[in-house]
Amino acid sequence: MTTRYSEKSPETGAESRQSGDEATRKALVSGQLPSFTPIATLVVSIVVVAGVLALFGSFGIAMTLVLGFVTFLVVMRVLSHVVEGSRRAADRTARYVVTGAFVLALLPLLSLLWTVTSKGVQRFDGEFFSSSMFAIVGEGGGAVHAIWGTLIITGITTLIAVPIGIFSSIFLVEYSNETPLLRKTASVLRFFVDVMTGIPSIVAGLFAYTLFSFIFGAGYKSGLAGAVALAVLMIPVVVRSTEEMLRLVPNELREASYALGVPKWKTIVKVVLPTSVAGIVTGVILAIARVIGETAPLLMTAGLYTGMNTNALQGQMTTLPVFAYYQYVTPGIPQEPYYARAFASALTLIIIVMALNAIGRYVAYKFAPKTGR
Amino acid sequence: MSTSVEPRDPQATPEGEASQPTSVGRGGELVFSTISTVSGLSILAILAAVAFFLVLLAAPALTSDPADLPYGEFWQWVAPFAFGTVWAAVLALLMAVPVAIGIALFISHYAPRKLANGLGYIVDLLAAVPSVVFGLWGINALAPAVMPVYGWLNKAFGWFPPFAGGVSGTGRTMLTAAIVLAVMVLPIITALCREVFLQTPKLHEEASLALGATRWEMIKQAVFPFGMPGIISAAMLGLGRALGETMAVAMVLSPSDQISFELLTPNGPNTIAANIALNFPEAFGLGINQLIASGLVLFVITLAVNMAARAIIASRAEFSGAN
Repeated sequence: MTTRYSEKSPETGAESRQSGDEATRKALVSGQLPSFTPIATLVVSIVVVAGVLALFGSFGIAMTLVLGFVTFLVVMRVLSHVVEGSRRAADRTARYVVTGAFVLALLPLLSLLWTVTSKGVQRFDGEFFSSSMFAIVGEGGGAVHAIWGTLIITGITTLIAVPIGIFSSIFLVEYSNETPLLRKTASVLRFFVDVMTGIPSIVAGLFAYTLFSFIFGAGYKSGLAGAVALAVLMIPVVVRSTEEMLRLVPNELREASYALGVPKWKTIVKVVLPTSVAGIVTGVILAIARVIGETAPLLMTAGLYTGMNTNALQGQMTTLPVFAYYQYVTPGIPQEPYYARAFASALTLIIIVMALNAIGRYVAYKFAPKTGR
Repeated sequence: MSTSVEPRDPQATPEGEASQPTSVGRGGELVFSTISTVSGLSILAILAAVAFFLVLLAAPALTSDPADLPYGEFWQWVAPFAFGTVWAAVLALLMAVPVAIGIALFISHYAPRKLANGLGYIVDLLAAVPSVVFGLWGINALAPAVMPVYGWLNKAFGWFPPFAGGVSGTGRTMLTAAIVLAVMVLPIITALCREVFLQTPKLHEEASLALGATRWEMIKQAVFPFGMPGIISAAMLGLGRALGETMAVAMVLSPSDQISFELLTPNGPNTIAANIALNFPEAFGLGINQLIASGLVLFVITLAVNMAARAIIASRAEFSGAN
């Protein structure tokens, strides 16, 4: 990357090649640092900083890397300033800082995956996926009830949110232009969908809790209440992504269908939706991945139950994130089995979410209509 | 940019009238458009219901005698948490925005074209991690790792009020919570900034390069001026997310209930969301109302931030040539 200028230069000097390639190259790259300079400087800076820190007896990997990188920036700035001038020096600094920012963002991701995997594999076993926590104290037990709870609650959420979301975006894209009143409604709706995207998950939980206490009496907790809370979070995500996808459908397709005398609703069902189905499915999958990891709203709406409960209308229901949370914050004695279960559920959760993401991306990539970019 | 097209009315031509089974077509049309409109309106109804029920159950906490409230006078009680919410979110943003801009620039203007998409997905993976997992990571990996750094910060910069005070023995302080929040909002800000940077008009960039600008000068001249409103709105959307984040803070922060700027001591106040999550399961009677009322305060704060962000995006859409 750092050799961009020196790479390009020989090509632009193609005409003068007869008069001596070597001389031309020299003339063009003079006043530039050799391409190995940055890497060499980086290695030397880190080694020197590590040495100095070790002398003072305060050696630490993070500290060494950070100070080493800063030293590297300073040294390169000075070197480049002397050899290449101040503008090139600033350019180099910017490039290294930007690359450094990217590496910095990878650190938490790697650390997180490592922490959860290394602590999670301990209990990532058959028993974990085959037994519930019913009548279990201490070791053993599993999360099968929480996995069922997650599937049921997320399933109901999807059943509520996807039809509302998709039909709303059909309204926004296809029907909102017909009368001034509808146009006004659509712009209001668009604004409030944006507002809804920003609702904190805990507020959605409070809403579902108050709604169901209002209907069924205070303290009512069930899978359905949890699903309603999650649906409030999921609907705007589905609306936004579906709307984007429907807008990508070329108008020529709609016009061709109208020209054949097909009514509008049939055009939507047979032409618009099939064209954009890949994008819609991707949006839905990503939305599911977003709500499946929600904890806070479920703490207050779905509650916690140690045994299996597959009835969403009655009784409390545990989901994986809630299970992980309670295993970690309210451990029994000894604590280790509880922590191990918490991390095993976190690992399960990460695997589910990442698999959903991968499937979503794959669907988008595989079936996406070709656009300009 | 309206994309919907008025259908040519099939009944306008005689052939259409003759061949079209009109009653069926009309009926289907009516049903379909009604379903679409109703579900659109139902979203508005849901939001109205959210506001209505929250206000309904928050009202008792605001109107009843402070002596009856289990957590004490409402505004006095909620003030430290409101402060903690904003303080943690602002700190998170201060850390996340520069890094996010860097990553977005790296992906949009520095990384090799072929790699750029894959690198974008890696950052997006961070967005997929559930918040409870971030909480576990914050306690188990981050807090122990930052402890020595906190000790050093306290020794070297103790004269600076946020770094003053006795360093916490667990590492579960305001700064740790803010770092976790920063990591959580990073992918959102990055994704939005990346989109904005990619939309910079190619001609602006090429004109700058043609005048002899280095890549960094080109970015300063062409990319940043064009993307500035986008960066601001991305930051504010990130702020909205950080304000509402619950579980990671609830798990990582060992909270107090006082207003304190100290980052390294155990004096950091809790956030509203985390406070609700921690106290709701055991709350009863007016306590529930009081927690719901604090949720309403949070809702109003996030609403204000999000609406400001949307207003900036909307103003940008008007003057930018991108659309």
